[in-house]
Amino acid sequence: MPEIPLGSWIESLVQFLLDHLDFVFNAISVGIGSLIGALESLLKFLPYPIIIFIFAILGWRLVRRNVGILVAFGFLLIVNLGLWEETMETLTLVIVATVIVVVAGLPLGIWAARNRKVQVVTNPLLDLMQSMPAFVYLIPALMFFGLGRVPGVMATVIFAMPPVIRLTTLGIQQVPAELIEAADAFGSTPRQKLYKVELPMALPTIMAGINQAIMLSLSMVVISAMIGAKGLGAEVLRSISRLDIGLGFESGLAVVILAMSLDRITQALGQRHQSS
Amino acid sequence: MSKVEVKGLYKIFGDDSKRALPLLEKGFSKKRIQTETGLTVALQDVTFKVESQEIFVVMGLSGSGKSTLIRCLNRLIEPTQGQVIIDGADITALTPNELIQIRRQKLGMVFQRFALFPHRTILENAAFGLEIQGIGEERYDKARDTLKLVGLDGWEGSYPDQLSGGMQQRVGLARALANDPDILLMDEAFSALDPLIRKEMQDELLDLQERLQKTIIFITHDLDEALKIGNRILLMKDGQVIQVGTPEEILQNPANKYVEKFVEDVDRTTLLTAKHVMTRPDAVISTKDGPRVALRRMKVHDISSIFVVGPERKLRGLVKAEDAVAAVKAGKIDLEDVLSTDIPKVDPDVQVPELMSLVATAKYPVAVVDDTGRLLGIIIRGSLLATLAGKGEV
Repeated sequence: MPEIPLGSWIESLVQFLLDHLDFVFNAISVGIGSLIGALESLLKFLPYPIIIFIFAILGWRLVRRNVGILVAFGFLLIVNLGLWEETMETLTLVIVATVIVVVAGLPLGIWAARNRKVQVVTNPLLDLMQSMPAFVYLIPALMFFGLGRVPGVMATVIFAMPPVIRLTTLGIQQVPAELIEAADAFGSTPRQKLYKVELPMALPTIMAGINQAIMLSLSMVVISAMIGAKGLGAEVLRSISRLDIGLGFESGLAVVILAMSLDRITQALGQRHQSS
Repeated sequence: MSKVEVKGLYKIFGDDSKRALPLLEKGFSKKRIQTETGLTVALQDVTFKVESQEIFVVMGLSGSGKSTLIRCLNRLIEPTQGQVIIDGADITALTPNELIQIRRQKLGMVFQRFALFPHRTILENAAFGLEIQGIGEERYDKARDTLKLVGLDGWEGSYPDQLSGGMQQRVGLARALANDPDILLMDEAFSALDPLIRKEMQDELLDLQERLQKTIIFITHDLDEALKIGNRILLMKDGQVIQVGTPEEILQNPANKYVEKFVEDVDRTTLLTAKHVMTRPDAVISTKDGPRVALRRMKVHDISSIFVVGPERKLRGLVKAEDAVAAVKAGKIDLEDVLSTDIPKVDPDVQVPELMSLVATAKYPVAVVDDTGRLLGIIIRGSLLATLAGKGEV
């Protein structure tokens, strides 16, 4: 039996897109590129004590005082290790990717919650996006957007989007039917129902999805250093190629500190809404 | 002109549901239609009129279609065929926008499980209907007034889960009244409440109605409730109207065997039982408290014994004043040591003759507990006699 040429089909699909939709990819590239550039300049322009202060205050206010203190110490350790610039580069990529994920994923999640057919179509797609080995995304990202941070962000977006879509859909579908009835009975328009009942009720679940997306972004951002996204991932990569265990540990530790800080703070955001 | 007029209303659940209509006309039974087409007939040729400012009760057992019926009135469920005419306008013919306007202006709804928005404060819940009409800050003044009307002033800033069931349903009522609708749709509004609270809410609804003069369509499965609050009652069975009339008419001239059987049930249930003569246990203490607290509460309420409840108001026992005094003297701090657990308990459905002998011999109040062991009320000799003497109403 002849082999099914799945691989060459994908190749020609990608080639087709490249030949005919190049201008789209260029536009995306320019747009996201400038977004990354602006945010990165801002984070690098601000002196590190200010950024550390902001994160510590967030940790203290949203979680508790000890978390604020730990976040501050963790970030100071990063400064001490000389990895501050790289950490800010990574943070930039995570923020940009998360923003794109939320802007695209939230409406998709709402749509899927409303429409059974959409859900039937997106479900296997989301499975595919989530379980495909993350490295595979690097190839088309590279082909469409060239080397650098933009393909890194795009690969990250694809990898990190599923939980936001899934949990938005889940959150909205879990709103008790009687509350939907109440909203309808008082004469809500569909838009009012969404903004005043469904989204607020689904918010803790949606926040859990965004938290997941941030964590996935962080892991993918490191992988995408392989296609030229700078930051902590590049340091990890360098330590591998040089077998430099010291640098590897230090840059790895910086990723962990960033991950834990972002995780605690965004988790607290979701729970805060839950308790009220 | 009637306030609400329902004409030949059908509701059939399932795909392409209209195909069941000719079958019904041919006289097929609902069961046969269900097995042959997979369609469920929920309402069949329902016709009635509701006059302005009356309390119209729709009464039926579960599965009789009463909840479907009330939802057809504001089109939370789309009727399959027939008309719902409110103030001369056919609701079934409205465009989506017109329907939204009617729901906002004319129809308030109260739900069985309250359906309050848990992320909103009591005040924001009560103001919801006004908020979606785009009314500005003055909606809170209106909502405050309505909360006061149902006796909830002071709770504006709380959240629904901080309130008891009875209070939550007051919020539900306030939310419906805040829009000042002509018509109030109440779907088993009191069915989820404890018997005593339920009775209280029924009385309050009647009080409110004296003042507000709304047209109320009230769904219930409880004939006692229907007889108590209804000006007129519609009896439903299997999606069809069996009889419409005043409580008197229904009790005296049951339309058929089915209604007759109901009325027999009424005679039995209106016989006094424990749940009718019990009073609210004002003074109870929890197992967490000690003998000193027990003594103080007994003193405050001027009683010589006090019931002890655990979590979810499950009855644990009774503490007598003399035992508590002894415990305090002996320096014991655990209530469990002085708890009398061998005390008379009765089911809420126990009838009065049986109660009499029990209460006569009991030295302490008799506890009324449900089948999960929850303390519902207590029966004191005095209050039982008062009820029998005709002071208490059923």
